[in-house]
Amino acid sequence: MNLVDLSGNLLFTAFIAYLAGTILFGGAVKGSKNEASASNKRWGKLGITVTIIGFLAHLGYFITRWMASGHAPVSNMFEFTTAFGMLLVGAAILFYFLYKTPLVGLFALPIALVILGYAAMFPRDIQPLIPALQSHWLTIHVITAALGEAILAISAVVGLIYLLKNIDLTKKSKERKWLEFIMYTLVVVLGFIVITVGFRAAGYEAAFDYVDKNDMQAEVVYHMPPLFGMNEYNAKTEGTMDPLAEMPPIINAKTLTTFTWSVIAGTILYFLIRLITRRRIAELVKPLAVKANSQLMDEIGYRSVLIGFPVFTLGALIFAMIWAHEAWSRFWGWDPKEVWALITWLFYAAYLHLRLSRGWEGRKSAWLAVIGFAIIMFNLVAVNLVIAGLHSYA
Amino acid sequence: MSSIKCECGHLNPEGTDICQNCGRPLSTEEKSKKLADMRYDGAAIRSKTHQRTVVDKIWNFFSSVKIGVSIIIAILVAAAVGTILPQVFYIPGGGANEAQTAQYYEDNYGIFGQIYNALGLSDLYGSWWFMTLVGMLGISLVVVSLDRGIPLYKSLKNQRVDRHPSFLKRQRLYGEGQVDDPDAVMKKAAEKLKEQRYNIREKNGALLAEKGRWARWGPYVNHLGLIIFLFGVMLRALPGFYVDESMWIREGEILAVKGAPGLYLENKGFTFDVYTQENTDEVFSEAIDRVGTVASNYQTDVALYETPEGALPGSTNAELVKEYSIVVNKPLKHEGFHIFQMDFKLDELSAMTFALENKETGESLGELTVNLDDPQKDYDLGNGAKVELLDYYPDFDGFENGEPQTKTPVPNNPAFLFKMTTPETPEGETSFVAIRQTLEPLGENTHKLAFQKAETRDVSGLTIRKDKTIPVIVLGGTIFMIGLVQGSYFNHRRFWIRKSENGQVMVAGHTSKNWVALQRELDAVTEYAGLPAYTDQRDKEAQTDKPEGDSKS
Repeated sequence: MNLVDLSGNLLFTAFIAYLAGTILFGGAVKGSKNEASASNKRWGKLGITVTIIGFLAHLGYFITRWMASGHAPVSNMFEFTTAFGMLLVGAAILFYFLYKTPLVGLFALPIALVILGYAAMFPRDIQPLIPALQSHWLTIHVITAALGEAILAISAVVGLIYLLKNIDLTKKSKERKWLEFIMYTLVVVLGFIVITVGFRAAGYEAAFDYVDKNDMQAEVVYHMPPLFGMNEYNAKTEGTMDPLAEMPPIINAKTLTTFTWSVIAGTILYFLIRLITRRRIAELVKPLAVKANSQLMDEIGYRSVLIGFPVFTLGALIFAMIWAHEAWSRFWGWDPKEVWALITWLFYAAYLHLRLSRGWEGRKSAWLAVIGFAIIMFNLVAVNLVIAGLHSYA
Repeated sequence: MSSIKCECGHLNPEGTDICQNCGRPLSTEEKSKKLADMRYDGAAIRSKTHQRTVVDKIWNFFSSVKIGVSIIIAILVAAAVGTILPQVFYIPGGGANEAQTAQYYEDNYGIFGQIYNALGLSDLYGSWWFMTLVGMLGISLVVVSLDRGIPLYKSLKNQRVDRHPSFLKRQRLYGEGQVDDPDAVMKKAAEKLKEQRYNIREKNGALLAEKGRWARWGPYVNHLGLIIFLFGVMLRALPGFYVDESMWIREGEILAVKGAPGLYLENKGFTFDVYTQENTDEVFSEAIDRVGTVASNYQTDVALYETPEGALPGSTNAELVKEYSIVVNKPLKHEGFHIFQMDFKLDELSAMTFALENKETGESLGELTVNLDDPQKDYDLGNGAKVELLDYYPDFDGFENGEPQTKTPVPNNPAFLFKMTTPETPEGETSFVAIRQTLEPLGENTHKLAFQKAETRDVSGLTIRKDKTIPVIVLGGTIFMIGLVQGSYFNHRRFWIRKSENGQVMVAGHTSKNWVALQRELDAVTEYAGLPAYTDQRDKEAQTDKPEGDSKS
């Protein structure tokens, strides 16, 4: 078995271990009356053991891929997102040992699983580095920034637990609606995975010629039925569907098609779940969160921002500026990715000030943490794939 | 200024919430709270006490955290809006020409683009209002640091050991109870706390244990760092602090470095490489197949020259400083100047060779090579044949009023007006020669200039920067990071333990953050010294959360 295959197998092992870990942490929470119970500890220990095994396998993936390619595997969308998933699990393990609660693992692992699934939808081949990425700052900047984001994400995880426990789902409210919207978003990501895997298994392909925004002839291959056509498209594959609408050159119709299919699949999936269980998804998940100690969740959320914020600052702003100064001749250039890193930073700065000086703790704090994670995800997904400046991958 | 006299007799400045001496609540607001507001240890902050003059009002405006957070959010939203469409400096032309810019936004983004550009959102980060917001944030950072930092410093410096029981009772961690031997318990507690590296002070049967006070200065240190950073950014606007130039340099050329008097650069060759199946490791083969061309290197080999100090202007005796290969991520560095590989043009024409031929017989009367950088006026081919270059159009762009036009001085599409003289045609024939095009403006010729070959070279696009503000920026960033770590990874923890009159012992604890760790330490002390049990007065769920044996197995 060569390094690349070994690396792939290790990643798969990690994925399975995280699934098992989720179930074990679930057992820990289910069997206990509250945070400090004995059952919590026993199942929790099992859960954390399996999670650590998964994390080590994941780390093995990272190292073997690094050895195979000769550069840190953080250079494209698949690699970065997979590394982010790994660091998220790493952060969850750290917080398990700081606070000994299986709840963080129970909620962090499924999110990490979704992130890994999302990552696997991008091309997984090992790519050589373009000149701009040929620097040791790639390793330093990207890993530190991702670590900071992973630690900050823990605050969203416990924030979600806090909200699930404390929002009254029996009464109609804005909070209930938004909480359900978060659940829906997660299902849409699942929808994206399902639909991508589905069309891939069916071997769907539709090639088009089109005219890009620089008025150049270009080619594009869809792997899903083309709902939207690129600018002045011209079908090259026979027997595929005709796009429903043509998009102007500045809109990437392929991305829009993928997005629309994901929303369709996610929505169907969501209503199926609602139909079968006759409950909101938040209600389905709530029993797992009711045993949480709110004060502890709030504390963990605040602590993870305190630990993650300096790491994020160092990685996503300071190291970024040093590298930008070396590679692009200026330490700051208002590139969209840079701007969104700054926005993330400002947002968490606001979180800290609101908490310290205006007493935004508990519920408000939990909402802010969830929004913070949404900003991080926006920077990862939308800024890379839609806005696309100097940082666009793949 | 008026002052408030506490029951203990201490005179506190107006606006104090908690008596700085004994710790009793003073203000009605503070008295109504179940737990003490320990943010600034109850000290009076300037903005709460001075509210009369205009200066006070401005001060209070900027010292308000509400305003501070509002400014942060405003900058955040503005920054986000600026990423909806590319900013002017990322569009072709860089926004130098206003009409062209407007056209670009209209052509590419329609009516939305037009509005976006018209509102100035296309150059948002350079707009006066965005800079004003950042400036306001800077002022807010200064004011808030002075407003809160100084009273907090004073308050923590003059802490009294024996705080009033009401102060202890109003702490989040609090416990009281009967113990057999209060003095022994206090002694053992002090021992344990010392072991936990607390500084212990004792007075009148009361004990104050404290550690990590310096963590409280973290926010003020990081604010200072940010102020220095913003100051550094502002310095850039001053002339001489910031050089930002770019230049094109052809292979073989020696040019003065723009923005750097006395420095000359020679382009010894440009290299552009791509990854291929042959030259790369096999692990990449799949990706190269899928993606196609992937660049692997952009490189300009240069020699840097400098005229010696004191040399006459325009003197040519420059000395070689060094030879260097500029690649992406590895700029050439010299005396604060950084020269970056930013762009390139492959295969620009440098010379063209033509043969003078008889159109009918095809007989060649000789060849001439026109150096496009330095075209000669006359080319003598010998045997009485010569060619005169009447005019040269480096970037031929069609005719206007019968006159050939050139768009730029760059030889992208060279065209020539030649006069050919041969023994057969001593009066000369005029021919206009462009790429794939020959015109004979003054009637049919017997001779023509047939294109033979062209020589090309590459052109490197380099950027020259010098940024004298970097040391200030680095200093600001470093101080900010130190302050951030100081305030985030270290905690200020305090315990107060005292005997009360009826033989009971009271214990209270406070920390700036990380209450779980504080509780762990207090648990250890409680167990070792036999202190009365304490509760977290904030945690409503804690009572139901004590360890229990819910499952027997």
